[in-house]
Amino acid sequence: MTIALNDPTLRTSAGTALHARIAKYAVFGLLLLAYPLIATDFWIVQIGAQALFMGTIALSLMWLGGYGGMVSLAQLTFAGVAGYMLAIFGTSNHPELSLGWPWWVALPLAIAIATAFATVTGMLAARTEGIYTIMITLAIAVAFSLFCRQNYDIFNGFSGFAGLRPPDLFGLDLRAPLPFYYLCLLFAACAYAGVVYVQRSTFGLALQAVRDNPRRMRAIGFNVYAHRVAAYAMSGLLAAMGGVLLVWFNGRISPDSIDAGPTINVLVMAVLGGMLHPIGPYVGALVFILLQNFAVDLIDPERFNLVIGIAFLTIVLASPDGLVGLWRRLVDRRPGADRG
Amino acid sequence: MKQFILTTLNGMTLAALYFLVASGFTLVFGLMRNVNLAHGALYLLGAYVGWSVAEATGYWLLGVAAGFAATAVLGLALQVLIFRRMEGQDLRQTMVTIGIAIVLADLMMWFWGGETYQFTAPEVIDGSVPLPLTPGWRYPTYRVALLVAAVGIGVGLWLFLNRTKVGMMIRAGVDDRAMLAASGVNVQRVFAVTFMVGAGLAGFAGVVGGTALSIAPGEDVRYLLASLIVVIVGGLGSISGAAIGALIIGLAEQYGLAYSPTYGAVYTFLILVAALALRPQGLMGRA
Repeated sequence: MTIALNDPTLRTSAGTALHARIAKYAVFGLLLLAYPLIATDFWIVQIGAQALFMGTIALSLMWLGGYGGMVSLAQLTFAGVAGYMLAIFGTSNHPELSLGWPWWVALPLAIAIATAFATVTGMLAARTEGIYTIMITLAIAVAFSLFCRQNYDIFNGFSGFAGLRPPDLFGLDLRAPLPFYYLCLLFAACAYAGVVYVQRSTFGLALQAVRDNPRRMRAIGFNVYAHRVAAYAMSGLLAAMGGVLLVWFNGRISPDSIDAGPTINVLVMAVLGGMLHPIGPYVGALVFILLQNFAVDLIDPERFNLVIGIAFLTIVLASPDGLVGLWRRLVDRRPGADRG
Repeated sequence: MKQFILTTLNGMTLAALYFLVASGFTLVFGLMRNVNLAHGALYLLGAYVGWSVAEATGYWLLGVAAGFAATAVLGLALQVLIFRRMEGQDLRQTMVTIGIAIVLADLMMWFWGGETYQFTAPEVIDGSVPLPLTPGWRYPTYRVALLVAAVGIGVGLWLFLNRTKVGMMIRAGVDDRAMLAASGVNVQRVFAVTFMVGAGLAGFAGVVGGTALSIAPGEDVRYLLASLIVVIVGGLGSISGAAIGALIIGLAEQYGLAYSPTYGAVYTFLILVAALALRPQGLMGRA
């Protein structure tokens, strides 16, 4: 290691790669920051903000699936738990059910409870592998939605909660398009940076090793189960961040918004974009939302699910690692390509 | 007492229906490791096709046959055209079945709309029969017929798997696919037959279940979830496990509905959690 680090040629090439990466992030970040300057309110909120927070929920799946090898369908449920907790501890249109605590108590509490919920789900789901995980998390997701639909004492049953709004910060109305977009961008940037950082940490590397060969990792002395549960906990945190923005965006949360259909949509986003790289879920979410908004122009608006289903099938059949994988193969095929 | 007996009977007929749906699911999984998340969509498709044929011809039995045939043919096509190309890629196959479920659900919404349909069962099994050993209580004939049909299908499947050559090949394939292929059996043909039978059973259950209850969009997800829970509790890939799982879940659901209606659906889930915690491979599953 030390020899390699002291090798001047290696150091410069690593340095250039690092510079290139920083430059890439800077350009990309500036584009995202400047985006509202050129876009209309519809494009800022309906497309931009929505892609950012749905992408964050899909990122929580990419983190579990891509680095942990566990495809979970409960990610929207974690987001929904955060949303419900925000409604219950904060303020909503049901003052008799909501506790009305200030946002700086309700928000962290909601995210913490969602993370705890994800941890417990992980403790159950991590006992299983591969396709079994999909089935169990799907069952958990639908069961939670059913429970919320039946429970009127806490979750207000069928109609759920409405009137949820982000707080006014220093006189700034976070519901307005521009502030809300930047709020979503901030959350997404934190989530993205978090995944990129943790994925390279000791824990992240061990998790990827567990994904590739759990038996060997167990033999070496790693606690495979604990790593998986911890991965679920982190995915819960990410999903909760997206979930909070989701309920602020919709202004409401109900069992319908977390049942099987929307749950599958999160998987569709992650798979469309690809589970190779944390940027995938954001790409997938963007494509999904563009299709959702403009399928109306392509085909009967009622047939949106047909369009998205066919898009999903095409990607799964043609490019198992999604649009990002497709893009990578195109770039690699280009003569003199630099993957930097 | 009357409520308890009737609830038990209701639970058993629901279990019969769940068994019909889940047996195809578990058969396909056992042999091909393919978790067919489009199984619920096949159930609903069978129900719709069966309803249309029964309406057009006036013969309920023709509807049953059409429901079975339509999904069997679709299942065969899916296996030959798609799943054969991605053998061994469990996760990808599952993703494909999710995509198929989305597309099928929307196509069915397109053709049959959002209304609820109700079959009229033939007169022989319409109406009600007296229950033995009771002071004149009666129970719907159709539900008794459903119970008998499920037992019949269960016995039929057992005979098919244990007494026929194809069944022998399927059982051998469940245990060791490579060895079966090495002994000169055309594994692809066995897979195709199994998928056809599994998908056909889903369509059959659709017509039978649609007659007992009703057909509407959303039933696909409901029965997919029911099959998932039944086979997880019973043990994936095991027909007897599906029967036991169906009985547990059917009874739990009906008792829950009768004695604590609010959380009937949640009990099912608690059973699932308990099964996972105590016996992850399912009651009849092999570790």
